[in-house]
Amino acid sequence: MALKMVKGSIDRMFDKNLQDLVRGIRNHKEDEAKYISQCIDEIKQELKQDNIAVKANAVCKLTYLQMLGYDISWAAFNIIEVMSASKFTFKRIGYLAASQCFHEGTDVIMLTTNQIRKDLSSPSQYDTGVALTGLSCFVTPDLARDLANDIMTLMSHTKPYIRKKAVLIMYKVFLKYPESLRPAFPRLKEKLEDPDPGVQSAAVNVICELARRNPKNYLSLAPLFFKLMTSSTNNWVLIKIIKLFGALTPLEPRLGKKLIEPLTNLIHSTSAMSLLYECVNTVIAVLISLSSGMPNHSASIQLCVQKLRILIEDSDQNLKYLGLLAMSKILRTHPKSVQAHKDLVLQCLDDKDESIRLRALDLLYGMVSKKNLMEIVKKLMTHVDKAEGTTYRDELLTKIIDICSQSNYQHITNFEWYISILVELTRLEGTRHGHLIAAQMLDVAIRVKAIRKFAVSQMSALLDSAHLVASSTQRNGICEVLYAAAWICGEFSEHLQEPHQTLEAMLRPKVTTLPGHIQAVYVQNVVKLYASILQQKEQAAETEAAQEVTQLMVERLPQFVQSADLEVQERASCILQLVKHIQKLQAKDVPVAEEVSALFAGELNPVAPKAQKKVPVPEGLDLDAWINEPLSDSESEDEKPKAIFHDEEQRQAKPRQPEADEEELARRREARKQEQANNPFYIKSSPSPQKRYQDAPGVEHIPVVQIDLSVPLKVPGLPMSDQYVKLEEERRHRQRLEKDKRKKKKKEKQARRHSALHTESDEDIAPAQQVDIVTEEMPENALPSDEDDKDPNDPYRALDIDLDKPLADSEKLPVQKHRNAETSKSPEKEDVPVIEKKSKKPKKKEKKHKEKGREKGRKKEKKEKKPSKHKKKKHRKEQEERSADRKKSKKKQPAGGGAAEPVENGSLDEEPLPPMSSYCLLAENSYIRMTYEVQGSLQEDSRVTVSIVLENQSSSFLKNMELNVLDSLNTKLARPEGSSVHDGVPVPFQLPPGISNEAQFVFTIQSIAMAQKLKGTLTFIAKNDEGSTHEKLDFKLHFSCTSYLITTPCYSDAFAKLLESGDLSMSSIKVDGISMSFQNLLAKICFHHHFSVVERVNSCASMYSRSIQGHHVCLLVKKGEKSVSVDGKCSDSTLLSNLLEEMRATLATC
Amino acid sequence: MYKSSNSTCPSTFVIIFLIKDILPEEIQQQIVRETFHLVLKRDDNICNFLEGGSLIGGSDYKLIYRHYATLYFVFCVDSSESELGILDLIQVFVETLDKCFENVCELDLIFHMDKVHYILQEVVMGGMVLETNMNEIVAQMEAQNRLEKSEGGLSAAPARAVSAVKNINLPEIPRNINIGDLNIKVPNLSQFV
Repeated sequence: MALKMVKGSIDRMFDKNLQDLVRGIRNHKEDEAKYISQCIDEIKQELKQDNIAVKANAVCKLTYLQMLGYDISWAAFNIIEVMSASKFTFKRIGYLAASQCFHEGTDVIMLTTNQIRKDLSSPSQYDTGVALTGLSCFVTPDLARDLANDIMTLMSHTKPYIRKKAVLIMYKVFLKYPESLRPAFPRLKEKLEDPDPGVQSAAVNVICELARRNPKNYLSLAPLFFKLMTSSTNNWVLIKIIKLFGALTPLEPRLGKKLIEPLTNLIHSTSAMSLLYECVNTVIAVLISLSSGMPNHSASIQLCVQKLRILIEDSDQNLKYLGLLAMSKILRTHPKSVQAHKDLVLQCLDDKDESIRLRALDLLYGMVSKKNLMEIVKKLMTHVDKAEGTTYRDELLTKIIDICSQSNYQHITNFEWYISILVELTRLEGTRHGHLIAAQMLDVAIRVKAIRKFAVSQMSALLDSAHLVASSTQRNGICEVLYAAAWICGEFSEHLQEPHQTLEAMLRPKVTTLPGHIQAVYVQNVVKLYASILQQKEQAAETEAAQEVTQLMVERLPQFVQSADLEVQERASCILQLVKHIQKLQAKDVPVAEEVSALFAGELNPVAPKAQKKVPVPEGLDLDAWINEPLSDSESEDEKPKAIFHDEEQRQAKPRQPEADEEELARRREARKQEQANNPFYIKSSPSPQKRYQDAPGVEHIPVVQIDLSVPLKVPGLPMSDQYVKLEEERRHRQRLEKDKRKKKKKEKQARRHSALHTESDEDIAPAQQVDIVTEEMPENALPSDEDDKDPNDPYRALDIDLDKPLADSEKLPVQKHRNAETSKSPEKEDVPVIEKKSKKPKKKEKKHKEKGREKGRKKEKKEKKPSKHKKKKHRKEQEERSADRKKSKKKQPAGGGAAEPVENGSLDEEPLPPMSSYCLLAENSYIRMTYEVQGSLQEDSRVTVSIVLENQSSSFLKNMELNVLDSLNTKLARPEGSSVHDGVPVPFQLPPGISNEAQFVFTIQSIAMAQKLKGTLTFIAKNDEGSTHEKLDFKLHFSCTSYLITTPCYSDAFAKLLESGDLSMSSIKVDGISMSFQNLLAKICFHHHFSVVERVNSCASMYSRSIQGHHVCLLVKKGEKSVSVDGKCSDSTLLSNLLEEMRATLATC
Repeated sequence: MYKSSNSTCPSTFVIIFLIKDILPEEIQQQIVRETFHLVLKRDDNICNFLEGGSLIGGSDYKLIYRHYATLYFVFCVDSSESELGILDLIQVFVETLDKCFENVCELDLIFHMDKVHYILQEVVMGGMVLETNMNEIVAQMEAQNRLEKSEGGLSAAPARAVSAVKNINLPEIPRNINIGDLNIKVPNLSQFV
């Protein structure tokens, strides 16, 4: 041993400390990775030392490496060792490392529970503090559940330093273990008025954070916060509270009215910019929540806007940024007051700071109106040209499109202008957003019928302009617009001025360099174009021209047939065959145009993205039912070929005559009109002169709105959107003049209605084209959208808990090891199938059911469901964790072979275990019922903790409870210092009627080889209306040998070594008449006798446990036909034989 | 959480996460890397906020930073924090560092990562602001340092002497001084049962 010490300290002299490590890394810049891997090797050596100082130093270095991004999870166990050091210096290092690298997946984290609990109750406030800080970073649901009670106690610690940390960490506990929120909330609320400002600030912090997620549950705290707001001088607290009010006001407008005054006072009085800014923000939130019709609040809006303008004009970029941010919030409800500052916002677009420019862009989005859209977009277009970085330019591009397309193109009065803007945007080099532009082009062309003609002319120009195709390889983003261009030209080919030219442009060899999906669209639309050209030529009786076009197709299509893209190839070869066939017919002078264009007959309407989902299931339709009974395989094979080749003969013949004759078409049109009339989602154009087109025959004459053109349709070359701006201004001017004239006439009649100031409002501007934006089609009887958009996985949802409801008895935080708790109070519970250790759950659920019965609020039911869902999830996870553990232990010894299967894995679901409880009845009378459980802990050897659940069964109030036992030589109750062996230990709580609570008592044990029984008495005063009486209840505490065992996991290799060491005595028992499955049997032994399964092979399992005094107990459990034999080995033979006898008793009941 | 830059970066970064969800390690490292690039190329006369966007998984997050010579302090915060408040907090943090290190400089932060962490833990806990009063923070730090000193510290007197020796450039020191094998091997006995 001495040698080892010497070795340790000599070694240590040459260990690097953190500073050496940092220096070393800085000196090895060129081979940093190599140096670090060398350091890690050294650290691994150091971690093997017994000296805790060496280990701590190593862990400290690891923390640094972790920061640099190296994985140190392999040292998790060493970190725990350092955490449990007794010296603060080391402990702090350990917790720091843990807080940096532990996370929910770290498997050793469950070993820390007891250590953390010990540190939390440490007499040194800094040990506690360090544990709290560390825990705040790596708390898991299990840790939160097990430690919630300890942390709650710390919230009332005498030292404010601990109090504030305990308060703050509660938020993390709530997140991981939502059930703790209600029991802990009253105390948290108390802390809002803590004398220490730090604690108060922490409490405000936690409640604000909770309220931010689920504000409605915290409305009742508003008066308290209001008081704090008017009394506090701490700006931090004020900011938090004011932010909280911002979240609360939308739910309670009355609160907002109250807030306005103190907030405006603060705005006027404070010198702190941060506070001022938050006040303005909350005033804005208040104003948003109040109905905008309140005139007396315009002063507040003006004040806010004014203050924000000052911020934006400030030279400090931060204030400018925040000012813009807040401005955008006002914009949503009070756009008018913000629009007055348009100059300022446009000015910000020139700012050198990109964040500010982006904010200004956001603002512009909301500021546009019909009146200023063109002007703003023009300004943005100049910025697009100036912009250097592609990211900012792309951002501008998306913003332009967003601004124009917002709320169904509400602000666009001239779609020709918009199309020109889109076309201009295609000249952007290297943008990623080609598909966005393309989508806009398609959307506008499809939905705005009046614009199709113009759009087609522009798109054909695009197809013709070589620049897009030529550079398709390096700027693959922008060539996406060709997709739209090709489709539009094809689909609306009847509008093309020179279809032949466009056709040729689309068949150019260069097209084959485009991406596959674009080529595919090209091929498809070439045919559409071809069909309409054929139609034209045949009508004009130019048969030769028609044949020429066909010839062109036949010549050019093969280039697509050779494409590597499957889609292109397939479409091209189909179409090539079709065209060749047409060529033959043309040679015979058969008119074909009619039939070819019939291929593309019909109108495409935009369909709403949700339409499919909204189709209601008709009554009586069962989607899962078979329509026909499924056919047997042999039958279907016979059937199929028939169906496929059914119309073979007809295909040989010439293309089928379209069956629809003129009459039929008229009928169909009528039907469609009828359908549209009945369809509430189809916007009908108002009766207008264009309507008469609908009566004209022919599929091609789909109702198209005629445009009253005030601008030339065809702009030579690529269009200049600027021209439109001018033209538009002129047009508006004309319009205004006309209107004014009309108005003057009307004015006399309707003087009252027009008394308001006449400004040119949005409504006054009539769009240039009679535009009917076809709304997206929805199925008939579509259901109203009431979907819950909330993400069910939102972790904060679990915290949506009603806090005003009084606490129920069942709602208390689990105290130490409480998860085993289950009193066998009600026999009916025995039927509930649950899985081991989960026995707490049904108890809770059942209580909740009772509650539900009492208060039949629908809302409540909803709320109750959530936590149970949450539980299920957690439960599953636990199972997985457990099985993962087993797997690991299995891995270590592959000797088990293929026959070995992971214990408990999966089969848990098949065989529910009966409920198990380690709590058993201690004593009972008419007043009180006591159940207890004995547990040992490894930390303090020779000590066991007895947890006694006291349940008040009477209608009296029980107080001054005191527990006393008659100590034996072997077993003694740990009493407070200074009291004699005959004094009782007071129970630290009182019991109102019907309440139960748990108290813990510590006993010291000398020998654990034998079971013990101690006589004891509980004395208490029962107080009711008639008076109070002294009562007592005698009991016998039974310490079985099992209760000295602690469930300790053991790896199979360690287990084997233990058995080999040979100094264990052996004993065995055999129990007959066992009917229980082996699985459940093992679970039962694990639970009641505190064993853990080391390994399981078929119906044979090895198990391990350890006593509080360090005795190893090994078991081999074998299941025979109807019997079980248990062989045990233990370092103490008496203990073993007693244990086995206890086990026999347990097994006999199986 | 706190991250500092690696040695390859010309300036030192201190990046502090003030968010309630713990981000996975890879994402943290990615944010650290991207933050260097984003913050370094910003001039001094532009605003100190950076919107997270795709960077930190949501528009709810922001980067707020302050720049002192070659030192950058970056806070990654969510929308529950006041932007200007955080700027003040950075100032508090830096002033606290200055008091604890007595004229803090870049090297202090590089070589005493652990101490910076301990100070930070008094300011921020579990992604939430714990204390903003500088005097209180300094008092707690001093108390903890005294406690550490009374325990002898991690690198007490002998270790310091050793590090002085180490700085003299000695040729390769034998890393392992072997004093016999102290491990007792367990003989291979037959398996249980």
